Amino acid sequence: MISNIKLIKNGKRLDNRKNDELRPIKIEAGVLHRAEGSCYLEWGGNKVLAAVYGPREAVPRHTQNPLRAIVNARYNMAAFSVDDRKRPGPDRRSREISKVISEALENIILLEKFPRASIDVNIEILDAEAGTRCAGLTAAAVALVDAGIPMKDIPVACAAGKIDGEVVLDLGKEEDNFGNADLPIAIAPRTGEILLLQMDGHLTQKEFDKALDLAIKGCKIIAELQKKAILEKYQKNVEV
Amino acid sequence: MAITAEIKKDYIIKLSKNGKRLDNRKFDEFRKIKIETNIIKKAEGSAKVTIGNTQVISGIKMDIGEPYPDTPDSGVMTTAAELIPMASPDFESGPPDQKSIELARVVDRGIRESKIIDVDKLCIIPSEKVWMVFIDIHILDYDGNLFDAASLASLAALMTAKVPIERLKPILENMIEKYPSIEKYLKEHLEDFPLPLSNPPISCTSAKFNDIVVIDPSLDEEEIAEARLTIATDDKGDIRAMQKGLNGSFTVDEIKKVIKSSIDNGKKIREILYKSVGK
Repeated sequence: MISNIKLIKNGKRLDNRKNDELRPIKIEAGVLHRAEGSCYLEWGGNKVLAAVYGPREAVPRHTQNPLRAIVNARYNMAAFSVDDRKRPGPDRRSREISKVISEALENIILLEKFPRASIDVNIEILDAEAGTRCAGLTAAAVALVDAGIPMKDIPVACAAGKIDGEVVLDLGKEEDNFGNADLPIAIAPRTGEILLLQMDGHLTQKEFDKALDLAIKGCKIIAELQKKAILEKYQKNVEV
Repeated sequence: MAITAEIKKDYIIKLSKNGKRLDNRKFDEFRKIKIETNIIKKAEGSAKVTIGNTQVISGIKMDIGEPYPDTPDSGVMTTAAELIPMASPDFESGPPDQKSIELARVVDRGIRESKIIDVDKLCIIPSEKVWMVFIDIHILDYDGNLFDAASLASLAALMTAKVPIERLKPILENMIEKYPSIEKYLKEHLEDFPLPLSNPPISCTSAKFNDIVVIDPSLDEEEIAEARLTIATDDKGDIRAMQKGLNGSFTVDEIKKVIKSSIDNGKKIREILYKSVGK
């Protein structure tokens, strides 16, 4: 769709953010009773729940790896999470997102500790407004920590992009629909290694460098919020 | 799963002989119920219901579609439930299984047959265009009694839902050429308006094991239950829907007792529901 909507007016974005400013983020760890680990995350208009089960025996058996665990992430959008009702069940988009998130998480989890097991990560998008895969992965990471899954680091995701020719952090709804480019990434904040990277749109090499740099900066801010959420739950539990 | 249920069974039965339950409730006492409404911005209406540790979200989406040939002047309503793997280690992903279909159908019947939604008021052009109401139930955390949690969440979501005429105005305007009477409909409906609803019956589920009947069974109790009975009662104390489940049986006396406690608990739940939707 070609649109004449101005996404930046007088140096401010549609929701009054600065170019390097994130939408408000709220993270809460351990919100579900049945799951072994869980996390609720609000990121702008996104509302996401993540739940972790496992490590447990992988089924069906042919999916088992005798040397390590497999990560089974399932990204799912609720029927009521978007403007036009989404038919329940996985579609091609959610299958792809499930795959790239699974792969990103496999990098960081100490899989060799659990041969033949699966670690199941369920990500439910309850309310969607641009950037759900980043929100989903960020919530999944907190749920994994809550479930006590050993990891090299706590992964974190964030997107940068280009709107009206300018590189900005964390695209909002209109910015995603009418912008020039979107670059979601996930990193291991301790080493800065990149675990997930996708891009669509059009960026020059210079713009890409800038966008990547900005997205990494965003990730590092969110990483602090993840840690805070985890500490909040476990410090509270110690006091009781 | 089955093994732990067997081990707990003896303990639950022993407790019940002294009139006690695992979580210290009386036999006719519900767990704590919490209802939060309007939690999903993208939905026309939404609610999250917590009964003890059970958590359910219901979301309402609406669209414009064609009526069924046998009810050309009525809106269309569908209910779907997803027992997503998030809610329990035993739920698997994939197409809806028997359990989620029974859940969706029982909730659907409770709403459809008691005629809570005035579907005649959801007609745009007779035999051509009507409003479609989608009720989608998302089970987030499973600790028993999904029937009551899902139907309560769906009622609260319906009671807070707004017909999204402002969002769908461009689509309706495109239809004016084919159906000129839409122009009049749009003039009469300028803003989003609440769904036309009447007072809902409230559903209460009981479970029987070892000749004891308890209301609002937790998962541990459900797993050893021999029979289950769901009863929906309205604000006059009349019975509006029933569903018996599982392979055990009830005596007539037990059924009468369950009806009474369903009416009593229904009253309390109705108050919580009305309060949560600001009615």
